[in-house]
Amino acid sequence: MSADPLSRTFAALADPTRRAILARLANGECTVGELARPFAMSGPAVSKHLKVLERAGLISRGRDAQWRPCRLRAAPIRKVAHWADGYRRFWDASYERLDAYLDHLESEGKDDDAAK
Amino acid sequence: MTPRSDAPAAAAGRRHETNYSTPSERELVITRTFDAPRSLVWAAFTDPKHLPHWHTGPDGFTMPVCEIDLRPGGSWRYVWRNAQGREFSATGTYRDVEPPTRLVSVTHFEGEEQTSTTTFAEESGRTTVTVTMLFASKASRDRGLPYAKVGTEMNHARLDAYLASRR
Repeated sequence: MSADPLSRTFAALADPTRRAILARLANGECTVGELARPFAMSGPAVSKHLKVLERAGLISRGRDAQWRPCRLRAAPIRKVAHWADGYRRFWDASYERLDAYLDHLESEGKDDDAAK
Repeated sequence: MTPRSDAPAAAAGRRHETNYSTPSERELVITRTFDAPRSLVWAAFTDPKHLPHWHTGPDGFTMPVCEIDLRPGGSWRYVWRNAQGREFSATGTYRDVEPPTRLVSVTHFEGEEQTSTTTFAEESGRTTVTVTMLFASKASRDRGLPYAKVGTEMNHARLDAYLASRR
């Protein structure tokens, strides 16, 4: 298991079931049973995913041994967003410019070099 | 995410969202749709006469050098310059060139490597471009490569200007 927090977050987010669990938790806290239902998955299988999410700090579990409701913890996701921010600044701005530039090329009918 | 207040006015009207995802800890995937045919979008991404018109990142940057030898094994070199004259360069080598659908290149930047696969899919006159950046290691992912650096530089330039104004 990767040691640094950003890697733990990436590894935890790399699984579609875990992303779906986080999306569900964004609507409010749930028990393991409630989380398992839409995934057609056993309680232990869901618990395994929850452990990964908990280690990455993406969720927290309640103290109550019977219910242990899961709650979303968004701070690590913000760190990933911060990491991606440099890329976003480059590409968002470039792609907005490209929209206008493609308009310009199309209006000039200048697609003669497309086949090059 | 920080809202953009400096979007080019000319682009108003037609705009699609840019989606970012991290399917694994070494990948960053950027997806965007353009209202233009694939042949034109391919040209905009691969022809050195087009790229400096748009591939410049944050406002205030220019792209004074854009050299492209578009063939497998061919190399490319980009230089960006910010408003203060500071330059950032990136070089790379094409692995796979399949016009107008797929482009694979390896970027070399400050001793790190990153493989970018760009695909172009057309549907009803629109083109969806997907850029998948695969980092050589977690370390290179965390350091960020040229696009992240140029993007982040805008913050630094703003901070410089702000600090200067407070003096």
